[in-house]
Amino acid sequence: MKGSTKKKVIQFFGFFLLRCCLFLVLAVLLLFLYDIGSKGGGAISWEFLSTAPRRGMTEGGIYPAIIGTFLVTMITAVLAIPLGMCAAIYLNEYAKQSRLTRLIRLSIRNLSGVPSIVYGLFGVILFVNILRFGTSILSAGLTLGLMTLPWTITASEEALKTIPNSYREGALALGATKWQSIRTNVLPYAIPGMLTGTVLGLARAAGETAPIMFTGAAFFLPMLPKSLGDQFMALPYHLFIMSTQHHAIVQVRPLAYATALVLIVLVLGLNMTAVIVRYRLRRKHR
Amino acid sequence: MSAEALKIRMETRDLDFYYGSKKALDKVNIACYENRVTAIIGPSGCGKSTFIRTLNRMNDVIAGARVEGTILLDGRDIRLPDVDVVDLRRRVGMVFQKPNPFPKSIFDNIAYGLRINGMRDKKRLEAVVEGSLRGAALWDEVKDRLDENAFSLSGGQQQRLCIARALAVEPEVILFDEPCSAIDPIATAKIEDLIETLKKRYTVVIVTHNMQQAARVSDFTAFMMLGELVEFGVTEKIFTNPVNKLTEDYITGRFG
Repeated sequence: MKGSTKKKVIQFFGFFLLRCCLFLVLAVLLLFLYDIGSKGGGAISWEFLSTAPRRGMTEGGIYPAIIGTFLVTMITAVLAIPLGMCAAIYLNEYAKQSRLTRLIRLSIRNLSGVPSIVYGLFGVILFVNILRFGTSILSAGLTLGLMTLPWTITASEEALKTIPNSYREGALALGATKWQSIRTNVLPYAIPGMLTGTVLGLARAAGETAPIMFTGAAFFLPMLPKSLGDQFMALPYHLFIMSTQHHAIVQVRPLAYATALVLIVLVLGLNMTAVIVRYRLRRKHR
Repeated sequence: MSAEALKIRMETRDLDFYYGSKKALDKVNIACYENRVTAIIGPSGCGKSTFIRTLNRMNDVIAGARVEGTILLDGRDIRLPDVDVVDLRRRVGMVFQKPNPFPKSIFDNIAYGLRINGMRDKKRLEAVVEGSLRGAALWDEVKDRLDENAFSLSGGQQQRLCIARALAVEPEVILFDEPCSAIDPIATAKIEDLIETLKKRYTVVIVTHNMQQAARVSDFTAFMMLGELVEFGVTEKIFTNPVNKLTEDYITGRFG
């Protein structure tokens, strides 16, 4: 009797402690959102979202930065999604488990830990200088794509690993080729997970500053980019400038907060999309 | 029932199998006769699942696996380079230990094997699905809910679905790898009845750890131990008058 009371007390405190941790994390997040929301919310208007900055960026909106971030994220997606998924399919389904593939996997995991500024400098050398794409949407998007690839590959591989081997074997035993078994009996069930991981990677890329700083993002541009070879404004870089580099930093503070708010909403929106896509596809296959 | 009058459908000669450097099968010679059920019995880890998986080359997908010896289907070595493994697996179907329905509708599960072979004719697909489900004694239970997900079936029904799915591609030989180890006794009885019916049209090979099951359903029995074939013969004889002392000890339950 005494022993079981003691166990219950321990259990109670254990759960209490876990709940405290959860609330602590949530509290910090909410405080953070409240702070940005209250200081930036006032500056948000249709004009802020739909016009370019004016008067040395002390007035006006962030329209070009929204468009720039959108375009550059598209390039990132075009590079990172197909390449990442294909690499994951190869690694998980086709490659023999040898020392070489283990080394490749290890490298991919390590690449996802490389600081983003290093990707930025690498992008300058490869895309801007060697391949002569110049400082442009293309160079910046490809740089972000390279940075996102390890995440995409890892997430896609994890998604493929969750598909039971019996789906593959069952298809093979019915006379399916290896590719048929993967295409019809593995990918349809793995793609929700693959997409989730990929979109999370994209969301992270959309918020990055360092990789685009040298490869294409501009301090200020009076007009929208006309082609993928043009420079662009981007939300994270704009935010960086507004909060640390501007000549009238106190005056533009509300604009900086509003920019941060838009960026957060955008990233949250992308993450929500991932959740919804996964939920929809899962239901379809249940 | 004399073995001489029957036609051998599949046969292994001096079959060796290695997982890396570990030898899992050692000089195994087993014949599987047409329209007969051949049971493979033996204690866990004796190589019976490894053996049955060599018959449709399912072990090909295992890294480091190596086969030596001869495996004949209608007298032709299935390991010759000009043999298409995809075609072989269509001719030699397999039902696995755990029911493995695909997360699709009942209809799509059965139609799977035909569709990957390019069959698009809806009428024809419907006919084959019905025929296969009838063949697996499942039609009456599912005919009104072919669009439901196969996961909604019970374990025993799922296993019969997997049998129907194998039948749909019109195999010649059907391999059962411990098909009843994950389902209840009543469902097991249904599958055993089904195997009895199936042998009229197919060559059946079944791996089982359940000796009573082997005695009930099979015509021939192979007893294996530690990767070697100990004794092979007519089931009745193996169970009533085994030649080898090890076989006798195993079937009388002295070890297992």
